[in-house]
Amino acid sequence: MAGADYIIKRTFFAIATIFVAVTLNFVLFRAVPGNAVTSLRCQFCTKQFKDALSKQLGLNKSKWAQYGIYLDNLAHGDLGSSYSDHNPVLQDLETPLKNTGLMVTLGTLFSVILGILSGVFASWRRGTLTDRFNLITSLAFYSMPTQWLGMLMVFYVAAWFGLPVAGIQTPDLGVLGPVSFWTLWSNRFEHMLLPALTLGLVLYGEYTLIVRSAMLETLGEDYILTARAKGLKNWRIVWTHALRNAMLPIVTLIALSFGSIVGGAILVEDVFSYPGIGFAVIQAIDRRDYPVLQGAFLLLTVSVIVSNFIADLLYFKLDPRVTT
Amino acid sequence: MSEAAVPAPPAPVVNAPRRRRHSFVRDVLFGERQAVVGTIVIVFFTLVAVLAPHIAPYSVTQQTCAPYAGLSGKHLLGCDDGGIDMFSELMWGARVSLIVGFAAAVVAMVIGGGVGVVSGFFGGRTDIVLMRITDYFLVIPDIPLMIVFAALFGRHLLNIIIIIAIIYWTSTARLIRAQVKSLRERVFVKRSRALGASNTRLIFKHVLPQVTPLLIANTVLMVAIAMFAETYVAFLGLGDPTQLSWGLLISNAFQGGAMFRHAWWAIVTPGLCVTIVILACTIVGQSMEDAMNPRLKVGHLSVKRFGLRPIPTMRPAPGRWREE
Repeated sequence: MAGADYIIKRTFFAIATIFVAVTLNFVLFRAVPGNAVTSLRCQFCTKQFKDALSKQLGLNKSKWAQYGIYLDNLAHGDLGSSYSDHNPVLQDLETPLKNTGLMVTLGTLFSVILGILSGVFASWRRGTLTDRFNLITSLAFYSMPTQWLGMLMVFYVAAWFGLPVAGIQTPDLGVLGPVSFWTLWSNRFEHMLLPALTLGLVLYGEYTLIVRSAMLETLGEDYILTARAKGLKNWRIVWTHALRNAMLPIVTLIALSFGSIVGGAILVEDVFSYPGIGFAVIQAIDRRDYPVLQGAFLLLTVSVIVSNFIADLLYFKLDPRVTT
Repeated sequence: MSEAAVPAPPAPVVNAPRRRRHSFVRDVLFGERQAVVGTIVIVFFTLVAVLAPHIAPYSVTQQTCAPYAGLSGKHLLGCDDGGIDMFSELMWGARVSLIVGFAAAVVAMVIGGGVGVVSGFFGGRTDIVLMRITDYFLVIPDIPLMIVFAALFGRHLLNIIIIIAIIYWTSTARLIRAQVKSLRERVFVKRSRALGASNTRLIFKHVLPQVTPLLIANTVLMVAIAMFAETYVAFLGLGDPTQLSWGLLISNAFQGGAMFRHAWWAIVTPGLCVTIVILACTIVGQSMEDAMNPRLKVGHLSVKRFGLRPIPTMRPAPGRWREE
């Protein structure tokens, strides 16, 4: 069956890609001069101690043996431990990953809603001044460097609405005694709003363009003409007849843009000092904390690969005709 | 881009004799209003960049005013945190930004074009291997990979150009491969093969001239992407700190606390320059590509049509249009 064939093929590709990413992760980081032991900064470490440590970490073995150890550790969920606080990397990255996940979800929600609304609107009013204006606006947002838009947000928008511009919650929250669940999360939501909005706006331009051209395609179909001839209301034609059919490319392309969402999140988190995975990456670079950098890179890559895989499956689900 | 704005692609371009194709490129550039504006913008900024040493009113290495001095007749766009004239800095910054943009785009085009031509022309096992490699590069998220590369291999300008090129060659490779694959089956290529033309001759005499316009269009789009990437790298503190670029100016404004000194000129201007040039490149590249590659208008699968900026945002799922 062609369908099963397709799924098997995509699964195999996803697994192979993850393997390549894992290997790349090993090769890239071994290419740097120095290793965990030479970069250890302790005054009283003797040579014997360093040798013993090298032996323990397997650094005196051949590259292939090290690769084997690395794969073995990875299979046990061990990404090494951070140079700066000596915690396991996975443990260090867990909270940032959750924080980022929330922020990114909110941002994607913003962009999808905005993008679909404005894209549908533009396609319905195609050729008019509204359409042109809409196109120019979304193109402009689309051409803005993410970090710059974030800075503009801090500079202009934050003051108007009195929103916080840094961190994940007010620093003294909970210091003077426990706070209720509701206070905590409304506070966090406030902090999340601007980063998410920035991310959302950057993506919104792109989604508008996607939705608009997908809609233009379906609006030209015969069944739209039929719907119109039946005397259906405009909004019904647009929302139930055209948009539903246009959803196929929209959904998959949005799922595919996960890679750029991840990239955008890193920049946004840097601007807003939001303690997510991107912020962890920046800190790791500053501290030359390679295990954390390596772990974060691996996690991000794998999540993008997995989301691409899901996009593939989704595509198949929505349009079972695809077989390649 | 808007469909209404792009004229119907004139006669089969692919078969047109050499001279006509050149005039065709000219037609695209000067035939459309947006493309004309875009071209003028690019030429203008290029001229500014070239002439910067002669026309910049102040030195960018010496302090000529108070830190964050506001706009005045002497300093048209105010000063930055080091008391350096912003207007002159923007002129000098254009140099590095454009050099990085163009150089990285050209390198990416050479790699991508080369892989695409070889893969499409020879087919078979070569094709499979090269496309697999391309697939892997396509899935790995760009910004994290850029961070890792930059963190590991140093902050030299040349490194940054190479990093950007290595990350972004894949979409060109896919595009060119598809084009070459269909070219190879065309009658004129088959005829000259029957007449005993060697592969080299076929590639350089018949295939390459046909894909060159598309390559050029793709390069223009790539310039936009590379300039984006440059600002990201600079912002994350991984750029070359000695080379003044727009990305570095944005980063300086952020690090230098321009936001808290209310020095809007230091924040807004560099980002605006980036946005304008990227917008111009996107519009010009897209107009050229739309007109030169009618195939991109065909189906849902042509990601390019939906996303204007080809890769960093819309990474097509590998294998999706292998059948082209």
